[in-house]
Amino acid sequence: MDTDFINTLLLTGRLAFWTTFILIVIGFPLAYLLAYRRFPLKAVVEALISMPLVLPPTVLGFYMLVAYSPQNGFGKFMAEHFNTRLAFSFEGVLIASVLFSLPFMIQPLQNGLTSIPKSYREASYTLGKSQFTTFIRVLIPNMIPSIITAVAMTFAHCIGEFGVVIMVGGNIPAETRVASIAIYDEVQAMNYHVANQYSFILFIVSLIILTVIYSINGKKKIFF
Amino acid sequence: MLKIDIEYAMLTSEGKTNLEVCTEIKGNELLCLFGHSGAGKTTLLRILAGLTKPCKGRIVFNDIVWFDSENRINITPQERNVGYMFQDYALFPNMTVENNIGFAQKLKSKREVDELITLFELETLRHQHPGKLSGGQKQRVALARALAAKPNLLLLDEPLSALDWDMRTSLQLEIMKAHELMNSITILVSHDIKEVYQLASSVLVLKNGTVIKCGKPSEVFTLKATENNYCLV
Repeated sequence: MDTDFINTLLLTGRLAFWTTFILIVIGFPLAYLLAYRRFPLKAVVEALISMPLVLPPTVLGFYMLVAYSPQNGFGKFMAEHFNTRLAFSFEGVLIASVLFSLPFMIQPLQNGLTSIPKSYREASYTLGKSQFTTFIRVLIPNMIPSIITAVAMTFAHCIGEFGVVIMVGGNIPAETRVASIAIYDEVQAMNYHVANQYSFILFIVSLIILTVIYSINGKKKIFF
Repeated sequence: MLKIDIEYAMLTSEGKTNLEVCTEIKGNELLCLFGHSGAGKTTLLRILAGLTKPCKGRIVFNDIVWFDSENRINITPQERNVGYMFQDYALFPNMTVENNIGFAQKLKSKREVDELITLFELETLRHQHPGKLSGGQKQRVALARALAAKPNLLLLDEPLSALDWDMRTSLQLEIMKAHELMNSITILVSHDIKEVYQLASSVLVLKNGTVIKCGKPSEVFTLKATENNYCLV
């Protein structure tokens, strides 16, 4: 296997890892708010988070490119303060990937939280425990299948992401060229053997991840 | 001493009802809240625990104001230090019996956990998760956990409703044991007159959100009152 092939797979894994990691950090507080709090325009926030499920990736990709342009507010701010151009860079793809994968992390976490009986939280509060302690000691341990589903779905979705990456990142080797784009590129160049190698690896990785999710969800009652 | 004077707009299956309770409960009393479904018994317990906020009124426990709508005081459930036993027991499935009890402690003490485990005869179940326990066993764990926090007030929401008759009789003794150990006020929700007679030192009868009778069980459940309002079975 040549270096390009390995680099492309590593880059794909790196993008999926960082997207999942960032989404775990922002996903828990966001899912908690959506599960337990009422606030104005909550339905709009929920709709915005779910948009990537119905929106063509090219639409988000297009708006991300517009936002990244140094002519516009966000792109200008990044260029002036961090000397960074986000369009056609790994960082730009990462931001777009985080936004595009939001529902895959948030929805399982939110469902996991709402499925925990309210009396668990209330019992913990009456025992003098804070909301944070209750979250760490009572809620998280009782929603492990949902957490595994959220992490695995986000990671698997990232590995297969094509539309947003090609719009925002293009096809730059070792920078934005992930496996899904490499497959398209190799097919265009009629290198079917290499395309098959990429495709087979993506197929197997996705199959393993989904099998893990279904086997865990099949035995949800992990403490009983 | 617990002084309650509250109003709360309840939404029941029969529409909106106003819960209005004004009463005083003396220290060491085991009070039973009695009434039909939707009378406001659980809502009153939740209000006392700080889980539901009344529309207006005042709750004072041993000279500490827990709730005062006029002065905008509403102490959180964490600060009230009540032992609340939920109808579904709300034992944490991820923790063993021992850990459920230990979790409730403010100052960790293995000796006290062991004492509660011995008191409620849970030795053989110590390392079991709640999912493997029977209804009666869960009830004993829930009582032990509520006591582990050394509460000022013990609130029990229909603790025996899901159990069969034999189990009820033996667990009534456990409730008495818990009340004596705590040496403070216990408030218990029940539908069952026999249970009220056996456990309670006083009873407060609620009907559609209003207190219609209050006193010793023998005074409240006179034959006439029982015939008019309640069935013995």
